[in-house]
Amino acid sequence: MIDVLYFAWVRERIGIPKEKLETTATTVMDLVEELRAREERYALAFSDLSALRVAVDQDLSDFDAPLSGAREVAFFPPMTGG
Amino acid sequence: MRVLVQEALFDAGAELNAFAKGDTDIGAVVSFTGVTRDVSGGLSRMLIEHYPGMTERALTQICEEAQTRWSLADVLVIHRFGTMEPGDNIMMVATASRHRADAFAAAEFLMDYLKSRAPFWKKEITADGSEWVAAKDSDEDALDRWS
Repeated sequence: MIDVLYFAWVRERIGIPKEKLETTATTVMDLVEELRAREERYALAFSDLSALRVAVDQDLSDFDAPLSGAREVAFFPPMTGG
Repeated sequence: MRVLVQEALFDAGAELNAFAKGDTDIGAVVSFTGVTRDVSGGLSRMLIEHYPGMTERALTQICEEAQTRWSLADVLVIHRFGTMEPGDNIMMVATASRHRADAFAAAEFLMDYLKSRAPFWKKEITADGSEWVAAKDSDEDALDRWS
C-alpha cells in the first residue's frame, strides 16, 4: 500500500487530497500510467507531466524514479512559495 | 537555525529584534519579508496551500545548505499558510554572520530556493473567482546562479 497525495490544482482536478493505493508500479511513471487508466479525471490531471512535479517520501524526485519501498508519493504543480 | 511553518500572523519586527540576540560575534543581520501584494488591483485574499511534513523538511534542507555555503551564525525562516489579506506578511528570512557579504548572499539564496523548492502553492481570490498562481520561469532560472 502506498499513500498518494495531491496538492493545489492537481488536488482540485482529481477531487481528493489523498488516497491509499494498492499498486504494482515499480517507478513513478508506472504509477502515473495506472492512475491515468483509472478515470477521466486522473487522465486529465496527468495529461501534461511537464506541468507537474513529484515527491517520493517527501523529497523532490523524477517521474522515472523507482518506487521500491516508498510509503508516500505526492503530485503537484511547480511550487510558488516566498 | 529556526524554521517555522504556521498559519498565524507574525510580527517581523519583533522576530528580527529577537533574532541572533546575545551573540556578540555577529556583525551583520540581513532580513527579507514577503508581503501579500494586490497585483491585479482586485485581490480580496490569497490562499496558501502547503505539504505538511515536506514543507518543514525542505525548508530545513535549504537552511542547512546555506549554512554549508556561507559562514552563518544563525538562520531564521518563517513561512505562513492559509488565508492572507492584502498587506499581510507571508514569510520572512533572516541571516546573521560576522560580515555582511555572507548574510546578504545567504538571504538571497534562501529566497531563491524557497520560491521554487519549498512545497507551497498560492491561489489568488478576486471578485471574479480564484486562480492558482503560475510558477515563473525566472524563478527557476534564479537557481542557476547558485549551481
